[in-house]
Amino acid sequence: MSTPTIPQRSWAQRYHVKGIGWTVLLLVLLVASAQMTGVNVGMFFSNLGQFTNLLVRMSNPAWDYTTVIIQPLLETIQMAILGTTIGAAFAIPFAVLSASNLIHNRWLRGLTRLFLDLVRTLPDLLLAAIFVAIFGIGSTAGVITLAIFSFGMVSKLFYEVIETIDMGPLEALESVGATKITIIWYAVLPQILNQFISYFLYTLEINVRASTVLGYLGAGGIGVFLQRSLNEFNYNQTAVIILATLVVVLVIDGVSNHLRRVLL
Amino acid sequence: MEQATPIISFKGVNKIYSNGTVGLKDISFDIPRGQFLVVVGLSGAGKSTLLRTINRMHEITSGEITVENESVSDYKGKALRLLRRKIGMIFQGFNLINRSSVEKNVLSGRVSYYPTWKTIFGLFSKADKEKAVHSLERVNLAEKLYTRADELSGGQQQRVAIARTLMQDPKIILADEPVASLDPLTTKTVMDTLKRLNQEDGITVIVNLHSVALAREYADRIVGLRAGQLVYDQPIANVAEGDLDQIYLAPEGEKA
Ligand SMILES: Nc1ncnc2c1ncn2[C@@H]1O[C@H](COP(=O)(O)OP(=O)(O)O)[C@@H](O)[C@H]1O
Ligand SMILES: [Mg+2]
Repeated sequence: MSTPTIPQRSWAQRYHVKGIGWTVLLLVLLVASAQMTGVNVGMFFSNLGQFTNLLVRMSNPAWDYTTVIIQPLLETIQMAILGTTIGAAFAIPFAVLSASNLIHNRWLRGLTRLFLDLVRTLPDLLLAAIFVAIFGIGSTAGVITLAIFSFGMVSKLFYEVIETIDMGPLEALESVGATKITIIWYAVLPQILNQFISYFLYTLEINVRASTVLGYLGAGGIGVFLQRSLNEFNYNQTAVIILATLVVVLVIDGVSNHLRRVLL
Repeated sequence: MEQATPIISFKGVNKIYSNGTVGLKDISFDIPRGQFLVVVGLSGAGKSTLLRTINRMHEITSGEITVENESVSDYKGKALRLLRRKIGMIFQGFNLINRSSVEKNVLSGRVSYYPTWKTIFGLFSKADKEKAVHSLERVNLAEKLYTRADELSGGQQQRVAIARTLMQDPKIILADEPVASLDPLTTKTVMDTLKRLNQEDGITVIVNLHSVALAREYADRIVGLRAGQLVYDQPIANVAEGDLDQIYLAPEGEKA
């Protein structure tokens, strides 16, 4: 009926003023913060020589050391699995309490989310240091650290999944006369289970990597051996540890990636 | 029959949503036991609101609704769940748990007969598992027991939803535009099923419908809503040809 008119773009829209503005601002912040914290890019390149020196000294791996580190490597994996499982288990009720489509009480939801935000701000290295101080050197400190770290991360991922579910089945179960817990079990769980498992595996991947570093602080696992070999300048052992860790991380990432692809 | 005590009764019911929208305005009428009642009206007239106040999925602002002579407003907790148990509900979007089997969906209609922990472990009695099969037989879907719900067609999903409702042993079925997303052929199957449950089991059925033709075909009585008000109420014998057009006219001063 009427001829279509193309809406006019404003001057700001046409020259992407917003986009350019943000980019410039970001660059300025980047340079400013580099200067303030004393980051020196030149130093990185001038010290490359030391790096190659280290590589040369590691180039003759002490393969017989492999048998020694199998046990701590397994411990690292167990720490990661245990920590992730404990963290994820505690995350479930908190994720439910944070989901706006399940909890209509704004105060309860706000308080739970605030708590979760606080947990997430705790750096895992700090946690590890504290728990090593409390429980002594060993895997207990590592497991607790990983559990708290996973709890903070997984609970947020979980409640975001819950908030995307189809509310129809919940309405149906409510109309049937089901209790809240039955409703969650029947109508929420089947909708989120696959994504929960997927996020669990994703967190596990991160935790296997993180637990090697935590071990460095004395929180058990392979990291303890890594630190020892470095302190004793046994770079041939360091090389074996790094290679073995790499293999383990790659295998876990591969398996978990495969499982996640199958699930989703 | 018309003289029997009503199974549901609305007395001066008003519903105002928290944002100020008038959902229902001074609704008073009785629904006798065993009736097949069809509610018609434009989109936004208040049909869904009316249905949901009966099983307290929505709260009313003032007035009183009684089901089997008891005011529903006072129910809380377990009493409210028992009220809902005897009132089945069918939805436009079927509201099945898509990833679960037909069997689990149908059994979920029975959960209010069990303590919560038994529902979680799926500890349904043998009798109830047989009842699930029987319910599916009644909607001609017994062979789909182990199929995933989302592998069924729309019409089949709605029949599974009816089977789920049957597990409640309901005295009342509320159906909110149950055929709005179905094609004419499956529409007939679903409406026939509802009519059969009404006639064979004596279940009181209240259906919201968009289509006047369907309303005429299945109803014992038609009530019309417009802007939250009851503007029409006749037994099917008295419904004249032009009557229902009037319900679909927008009230003066508002655009259609
Ligand atoms: N949760 C709600 N909050 C506010 N207004 C609502 C809500 N649900 C429905 N309404 C309004 O109430 C009126 C009646 O809605 P509804 O009962 O869904 O009508 P119908 O089912 O006949 O289409 C409409 O104006 C609708 O916009
Ligand atoms: Mg509606």
